[in-house]
Amino acid sequence: MENEIKLISGAMVTLAIATASLVVLPYLQLRHEPPTPGLKPYTEVQLRGRQEYIRQGCVYCHSQQPRDPSQAPDDKRGWGRPSVAGDYYYDRPHLLGTMRTGPDLLNIGARQPSADWQLGHLYQPRAYTPGSIMPAYPFLFEVKKEAAPGDKVVALPPQFAPAGGVVVATQEAQDLVAYLLSLDRTFPALAPLADASPASK
Amino acid sequence: MDIPLLLLSSFIIAVTGLFFFIWSLRKGLLDPDAAGAKVIFSLGEIGRIEEPAATGAGQRELQRAMTASHGEPDATELQARLAADASSARPAFVLLGFAVFWLLVASLAGLTSSIKLHEPDWLTQYAWLSFGRIRTIHLNAVAYGWAPMAALGVALWMLPRLLKTTLEGARFAVWGAILWNIGLAIGVGCIAVGINDGMEWLEIPGQVGVLFAVGGAMIGLPLVFTLRRRKVEHLYVSVWYMGAALFWFPVLYIVAKLPNLHFGVEQATMNWWFGHNVLGLFYTPLSLAAVYYFLPKVIGRPIQSYNLSLIGFWCLAFFYGQVGGHHLVGGPVPEWLVTLSIVQSIMMIVPVVAFSLNQHLTMRGHFAALKHSPTLRFVVLGGMMYTLSSIQGSFEALRSVNTITHFTHFTVAHAHLGLYGFVTLVMFGAIYFAMPRIVSREWPYPKLIAAHFWLVAIGFAIYFVSLTTAGLLQGYAMVDASKPFMESVRVTLPWLEGRSIGGALMTLGHLVFATHFVLMALARGPKRSGAAILRPLARTA
Repeated sequence: MENEIKLISGAMVTLAIATASLVVLPYLQLRHEPPTPGLKPYTEVQLRGRQEYIRQGCVYCHSQQPRDPSQAPDDKRGWGRPSVAGDYYYDRPHLLGTMRTGPDLLNIGARQPSADWQLGHLYQPRAYTPGSIMPAYPFLFEVKKEAAPGDKVVALPPQFAPAGGVVVATQEAQDLVAYLLSLDRTFPALAPLADASPASK
Repeated sequence: MDIPLLLLSSFIIAVTGLFFFIWSLRKGLLDPDAAGAKVIFSLGEIGRIEEPAATGAGQRELQRAMTASHGEPDATELQARLAADASSARPAFVLLGFAVFWLLVASLAGLTSSIKLHEPDWLTQYAWLSFGRIRTIHLNAVAYGWAPMAALGVALWMLPRLLKTTLEGARFAVWGAILWNIGLAIGVGCIAVGINDGMEWLEIPGQVGVLFAVGGAMIGLPLVFTLRRRKVEHLYVSVWYMGAALFWFPVLYIVAKLPNLHFGVEQATMNWWFGHNVLGLFYTPLSLAAVYYFLPKVIGRPIQSYNLSLIGFWCLAFFYGQVGGHHLVGGPVPEWLVTLSIVQSIMMIVPVVAFSLNQHLTMRGHFAALKHSPTLRFVVLGGMMYTLSSIQGSFEALRSVNTITHFTHFTVAHAHLGLYGFVTLVMFGAIYFAMPRIVSREWPYPKLIAAHFWLVAIGFAIYFVSLTTAGLLQGYAMVDASKPFMESVRVTLPWLEGRSIGGALMTLGHLVFATHFVLMALARGPKRSGAAILRPLARTA
């Protein structure tokens, strides 16, 4: 049995080293990282919208992590300052993302604060951004003959509006937009996280 | 907490541990003719080909392409292998059947999402078909369906052969597979309706994941039972890879799914610790185990340097686990972590070169065998893709390269080079070898095997070149501040269409493969012989 024991114990040691360095150490180092000053907890509506963001899989095309200007011109695109760990204090699960098929969204609320624009863009992205390859989300909207009281009517450029009806945003679409508008980390970061940052004492 | 010191010590522990394990395992480390490599052969079998996927004529050609056989293999040992194959046939068949089903689901979902990237207004009325969901269904059908079902099916089938005994506890594996697949079906349904844990590779809700944990453990049980009654002194290198992978995966999955523990940026590091280790510590070792078995077995030649394969194993174990941080280069995570992952990504060159050298030296002078053996064609090409994708991955982790390729389609192309070019092709080869032994029947239409090979080989070449080009153009446009963001979208469009063409050919290849698999399982088509199992023995005598 010598072989088997060596194999399993060796395999577990290697995995323990990997887990210690990629999971346990970051856990210990970041556990007491405070929220960046100016960061507010999500409201009920924004959290529902965040869930919608997850349900629709927005994360597969949009990152939420602007890079440092010395690495890439993210700041010049209006995506904001490089983010720090404290910016994600309220984020569970994290939505950092790995693709930029579309632009970074960590500061979309500051960059495009109009709820009407956001709703119209979700209904038909190409009405606002020619050449966009973002999917349209018609199932987050209802087309009605006329709006009922309390309905959130989406203002669309005339050539994209359905003939003989109005487009009304569902609760899900409104929640999602509330979340998008809450994405605003334009307040200054205290200190960039580094090896010797005060948080890692 | 002094992070650099910890980091340095972790690195030193890893390297010291590595040398310790290699030293403790091999006494004659530089002995080129290690007995361990011969464990997979019966007495007197070296020099004799085994290729159930080839026709009778193909097998004779293959044997001629190799040097002549030295004599008759020991008949009792061959009878024992017959018993070994019979003991694993049932669970292997169940797992491979599920694998083929998920391969089709994944192909159709993948092709749909690929088309949606350049036709964004196609099929937008249905939420479950929207890009964000169908792409995720594609990933999960591959990650928890095709890849693990195929790899585990092949592993269970190889195991009794490698240990020269019969598979013990096959029933557990069958029920485990059923549980696992119920879990996966529920999980994919959850994603389709939008119930989702929100992290890449970990979308399937933790509550459903319990079925993976239980089912996976049950599939792993026969490994433990069978190991206890092994009749070989030495554990062949494939058993090392398989054994480690079966213990690694549950730890990965359970740590990743611990509820209410992970937070913010820490969760991101955990996410990529998991994401990359599923590839590196689960699919990769299981596929390498298959290469290390089938390649020498088909050509009847022990692996050139057995010691090199063990060095490769321990290097992979020590370095691969720590590479995940390279998915977060430039992100808001501790700098030391990213640096560590980049260093280990580069260190991965060591086991990859060890493997590639070994494969090349074993095949050297025998590449003509590729003409006659379908198994070898898939396995050798897959092995080459492993080398390419690993070397590419090592360099992709460097900050200078990553700045361009991160966040682009280049990464997606790279992921497919690993999981498709390597893992999937190797699994195709392994299934072509194993199925005739499992159902005691030959593949009914050899031409379909050739069609499958060329469709996926050409399709994947188109896929990879298109998507890599798309990613590079996208990446260069994105770091150029003078270009608007939309430019980085526009330049990818023709190449995304190219990717759909490649993907369509691959899907067609999979349909051919699945049809052939079903025909064989149902015993349809011409029968060219009875039980194929001992036939080469009779014909080449």
